[in-house]
This record gives sequence, structure tokens and C-alpha cells, in this order.
Amino acid sequence: MRTVYMDHSATTPVRPEVVEAMLPYFTEQFGNASSVHHLGQRARAAVDEARDIVAAHLNARPEEIVFTSGGTESDNHAIRGVAAAGRGRHVITSAVEHHAVLNTCKALEKEGFEVTVLPVDENGLVDPQELRGALRPGTVLVSIMMANNEVGTIQPIRELAEVTAESGAVFHTDAVQAAGKMPVDVEELGVDLLSLSAHKFYGPKGVGVLYIRAGTRIRPMQVGGHHEHGRRAGTENVPGIVGMARALELACAEMDEEAQRLKRLREHLQKGLTGRLEDVQLNGHPEQRLPHLLNLTFAYVEGESMLLSLDAVGVCVSTGSACTSGTLEPSHVLTAMGVRPELAHGSLRFSLGRMNTEDDVEYVLEKFPPIVRRLREMSPTTREASA
Amino acid sequence: MPATAKTVAVAMSGGVDSAAAAALLVERGEFEVVGVSMHLPSPAGQADRSSTPCCSPTTIGDARRVADLLGIRFYALDQREAFRRAVIADFVESYAGGRTPNPCARCNERVKFGTLLHRVRTFGADMIATGHYVRKARGERGGWTLRTAPSDDDQSYFLYGLSQEQLAAALFPVGGMEKSKVRAVARRHDLPVHDKPGSQDLCFLGETPYTELLREQHPDMLRPGPIVHVTGAVLGEHSGLPAYTVGQRRGLGIAHPEPLYVVEVRPEDNTVVVGERRHLRRETITVGKLNWIMPDGPPSAPLRASVKIRYNHPGAPAAILPDGNGGGRVVFDEAQEAPCPGQSAVFYDDGVVLGGGTIEEEQSRP
Repeated sequence: MRTVYMDHSATTPVRPEVVEAMLPYFTEQFGNASSVHHLGQRARAAVDEARDIVAAHLNARPEEIVFTSGGTESDNHAIRGVAAAGRGRHVITSAVEHHAVLNTCKALEKEGFEVTVLPVDENGLVDPQELRGALRPGTVLVSIMMANNEVGTIQPIRELAEVTAESGAVFHTDAVQAAGKMPVDVEELGVDLLSLSAHKFYGPKGVGVLYIRAGTRIRPMQVGGHHEHGRRAGTENVPGIVGMARALELACAEMDEEAQRLKRLREHLQKGLTGRLEDVQLNGHPEQRLPHLLNLTFAYVEGESMLLSLDAVGVCVSTGSACTSGTLEPSHVLTAMGVRPELAHGSLRFSLGRMNTEDDVEYVLEKFPPIVRRLREMSPTTREASA
Repeated sequence: MPATAKTVAVAMSGGVDSAAAAALLVERGEFEVVGVSMHLPSPAGQADRSSTPCCSPTTIGDARRVADLLGIRFYALDQREAFRRAVIADFVESYAGGRTPNPCARCNERVKFGTLLHRVRTFGADMIATGHYVRKARGERGGWTLRTAPSDDDQSYFLYGLSQEQLAAALFPVGGMEKSKVRAVARRHDLPVHDKPGSQDLCFLGETPYTELLREQHPDMLRPGPIVHVTGAVLGEHSGLPAYTVGQRRGLGIAHPEPLYVVEVRPEDNTVVVGERRHLRRETITVGKLNWIMPDGPPSAPLRASVKIRYNHPGAPAAILPDGNGGGRVVFDEAQEAPCPGQSAVFYDDGVVLGGGTIEEEQSRP
């Protein structure tokens, strides 16, 4: 059976060039980057070079790059690290964050911190004025994602960071979905902390970055040896780090062209589906959104039923983020955007990527509308609506 | 496999029976086979898995591994809400009413062949297969009949509540086999569950005592009260009604010249009534919520059947007198010991399940 993978926001395959770059560091160049001998030195050189590459692509300095095990660790480190080092007990985040951020803030709340969760508008945007109103003398951290993983809405990070900077609080952004899809320039954005995850841009799983602007008040969260300048203990994942740097390099080199191509594919898919089916609604900002992501609500049908029916014809999509799939709870992102729960249940996320072609889109346009029509015939809500 | 093959969803619990059922269907090659597991509420008092849906319970993990080895698609479907509403609520309510529930029967008719069947239909499955030890056969006058399994593991006691429509969509691939043969099927496919012991626990309780769940859901149900002899004499104190079931002999903590049994559990005055063995005997029971599987529908006249009043009851000859209102009476040829309100009375005719109902509280006492 043909497989059409349209779930690139969940994860991506590792590019062959990336695999090739990583391979020597599993076998011949297996050294520990902390070892003194020549094998250790080679590993150290590889990690340093990767750090330079990552820093250059984020417009950061190499010493501001901390390698982690991925997006969740980076988010945890950013939030908990600042909370532990800060002089206040107040943290601000938004209602549409990834659970890595939301649940870390919730955990802080249990430990006595106050957490303000900023609302979003119907397009999923946080209002900088709203943030201004929430900031107060005890605010130590603001964490707002760069681009949303479920609907793709891109936040006005520069403005949000500026507002935060005026108050003296630290600004963190989870850029896991944005990296490789749009420019991520820490100077341009004015952020203090920024999280990345390699497997979202055709790098390996289990490796990520936390950018820490020089001078930011933050404590290490994982303690041990003096790795990563004492900010994140643990033997460096040398092949992973090398692979991530190569993947980021490649993604950035191809970004403009690939973003245009994905946008065209997405528009084709969106127009094709809305043209063939009634009662289809776009979730997320109509323009200010990631080029590859399309989140649609198909009224009267369950997202899960659509997902599993698509899987039967080889099309891989998701109903929300990969971490909340498998439950029937409506998406917190859509709920925060004011989408009614019964409609939130009928949403589906298509996230396109490098391997997708026009032909893939045509395949989905051929297979998917009959599935929705069949499900609508079975659906009790359709009958109620037309009765 | 024919291009128009039907799609069968196998309800996989992670145990050997449903794993073998899936393997047998794959071997037959007549169907497109998909594995599904029900994501159910966590046992009471244990960490709720709902907050960590990425970490499935190990039983779902076992089912997924089996599906992977068999090369079939597999999905864990969230049935927590449906299960809470259909099974756990009834479980709690039964105990609150002094009855001993039959949650497996309830789950089969409302969840497995109810909401789960509906869900798998939405993604194109036509039927549900399970690892139950029962058989399904064409009825002589059309429709389907449910038959007992030839082995000692017969589970028809938990499936009498299915409708003709549900039965039409059911497949029981291991129903005609001995357990040892079923294990052999699993071994033949190198399925890691082939030597997994059968579970005696209720799936939603795990190793948690059911009284814990009741305490959580309905705290005032576990109030101490009197233990009274059928003659009216107060003999002691009980620790809360749900710990007592009609017919129970152990755990009463009362010294008495003759062995004592629970004869009645009475929520109206929070009383456990005990008596001697002879007080357990009943010639007649009333039953409610009757379901008739026979293709020709509910009988209008009295009929004779062998009636099982609990899972391990051998069945006893009786006359069934439907009241035309979804209930009726069962008159045994010989009085039976300890029919327990809340348990099912299931009617058989020579290995064919005619139907059954729920045993109700007695209207009049001996």
C-alpha cells in the first residue's frame, strides 16, 4: 500500500546526508568528548564544530548554545532554570503552548509559583498589550511559543520579547515547530532563551538545543560533570549533535525555496478539500502561519475516525499534537481559540514535508472526501443538524 | 485476500485468547484484520493514565506487540468515558442497591459490542472479533444463534445480552477450541503472550480491591451496620454492605452452632441478613432487563430451559414465565441455592443461549 506521510509536525525522517554525517561517530569516532586522548579530542572537535554551525544559524554565539535531549528538556530547563534563579515568584505563559511548557508551569504552580496563562484570539494569537498588563515586578519569566504545533499560528515574538524586556523578566520561546520552516534569529527576535528539537527538521530524535543569551539568570537543571560549560551535565550525544547541526544547515539552506513549495502544496490541499466538502473550517491564522501546516475542522465527524480511515488508505495525519493523540479530549489549543468542543473533535492536522509531492496531495483529495461523506452519513450530529 | 474482503477489528486485551483470535483470522486470509485495544480507566487508587496517554498500560503494550508480530494495523481507542458511564457507574449503583453486579456482561453489550463496535465501523471495519469462548452459528430459521463453547472455559454467561444485530457483527475465532490449542496457536506465531496466565481480576480494578473503588465513588456506601439472623436476632456488625454477597459464608466473624450464610443484603436499613444453608434455597426468582437472542424474538408463552444463575453454576432445569414487560419469573424444578440479586440468569436450550436477564430482589420473603 502507498504511504503518504503528512505528519511532519510530529516528526520527520532523518535525511540521508544527516545519517551519513552521523555514522562515523557511532563507530570509529566513538570517543567521549571529555576524554583527553586523540579520540576524545576528535569528538570534542565535532561537537564544537556543530555548536558553531547551530550558533551561526540562530545568529547566536557558540557559548550560548546548550545541547539537550530535545524540545521537552529544553523547555523544562528554560522554565525551571529561570524560576530557580529568579527573584520573583510569577511566570507568564499562553493557553496554546505545548504541554512541555504548560505542564512545567503547572508543576511550578504546585511549588508555590503564580502562573498567568494568557488567552489567545480566534486565530491563536497572543496580544502584546495583554502581556504588558500581566507583567508585574515579581514576574521572572515569560514563555510563549514561536509557532504553534497544532494550528501553525506564528506569534509576534519580537513585540512580546520587547514588552517583556521593558519589565526586566526573561523571555523564552519554544521554537521547535518554527526552526527550519522560517528564519530563527535570536537577535532579530530579542529572546533570551529558545528551544529547538532536531527531529522536527530531518535530524535525529533525542537531541535538541537550548539557546541561552549571555548573562541570562538561569540555573542548571541536570547536575553532574562540567559538560556544556556546567549548564547541562551528561556525556554529549556526539552523533546526535553532529546530525542536528547538519540537518539545521541543510534546512536553512533550502528554507526559502522549500517553504514556497510547501505553501503551494498546502494551498492546493486546502482549496481542494474546502472545494469538495461542505462545512470545512480553517483553524489558525489565515496568513500568519507556518507554510507546511494545515489544520481543518470537518463539522459532524470525529477526528479520530477520519485519522484511522485515512490510515487505512496509507495517509498519515494527526488530530492534534502527537502527545495528546489517543485521547478523546478536545485540543486545548482549539478550545483556547474558542472553537466549540464538538467542532474541535472534528479537526485534523496535515503537516507537509520534503517528501510530499503534488501527486500526494491529489491522492489525499481523491481518497479523503469520500471518507468524510461516509462518516457524515453515519454521524448522529449530521442527522440532528439536518433535521 | 479478495479485494472486497471485509475488515474485522479484533478487540485485543493483551491476553492470549484475543492474540490467538487475531492470529487465526490472519491465517484464514479472508479478512483485512485490524487490532484494537480499549483504553480504559485506570484502576482506582492508581495513577490516572489519562494525563500520560503516551504511556499505555502494559496490556495495551502486549496487544500492540502481538499486532506488530502479526503484521496488522493496531489502534488503542479511548473508551474511558463510555466504560465509566456504562460499566463502572452500573457497578457502583448495583452495590449501592445491595446487588452483586456482572460487569463483564455489561461491558460486552454496552462497550465492546456497543461503543467500540460503533467506533471501528467509523473507520471501515464491518465486524468485531474477540477471544471469547463462545460460538456463533446460523439459526435454523434465519438470524444467528449464540452457542456455548465445548470447553470448560465457556463464557456465554457474559454474552447473553447481545442483540441479533450485535451478534451478526461478532466473530469468535477461538470459541470452538480448547485453551491448550489456543495457546498452541499463539506459540506457533511466536506471540510473547502464549504463556501469559489468565487474569481473574476485573480489568478496571487490577489488584485494587473493589471496595476501594466504591469508597472512592460512593464513600457513604461502606458504613457499618447490623448483621441480623433470619429470625430477627442481631448477631453482630458488618463493615459495609458491598463486602457481602448472597451465599457468602466466610468473613462474617460470628460464632454460631451452625454455619451461617449471607441470605440477603438490605440497603434500606443497611443490614446483612444471615441464616443457615436451607435459607438460601429458592424455587422461584424474578428476573428483569430480559434479553432474548433467539432470532424469532421474545417468546410469548412460557418455555423450558436450563438456567445458570452464576458463572460457575452448572445450570438447572426450569420454566421461564415472561411477564410480557421485559421481565419474568424463573421456576426451578428443584430449588437452587443462593441466587444473588444483580447477577445474571442465563437461559440455555441444549447449548444454545436463548437469552437471560438480571436477578432481582425478591418481592416476598420465605
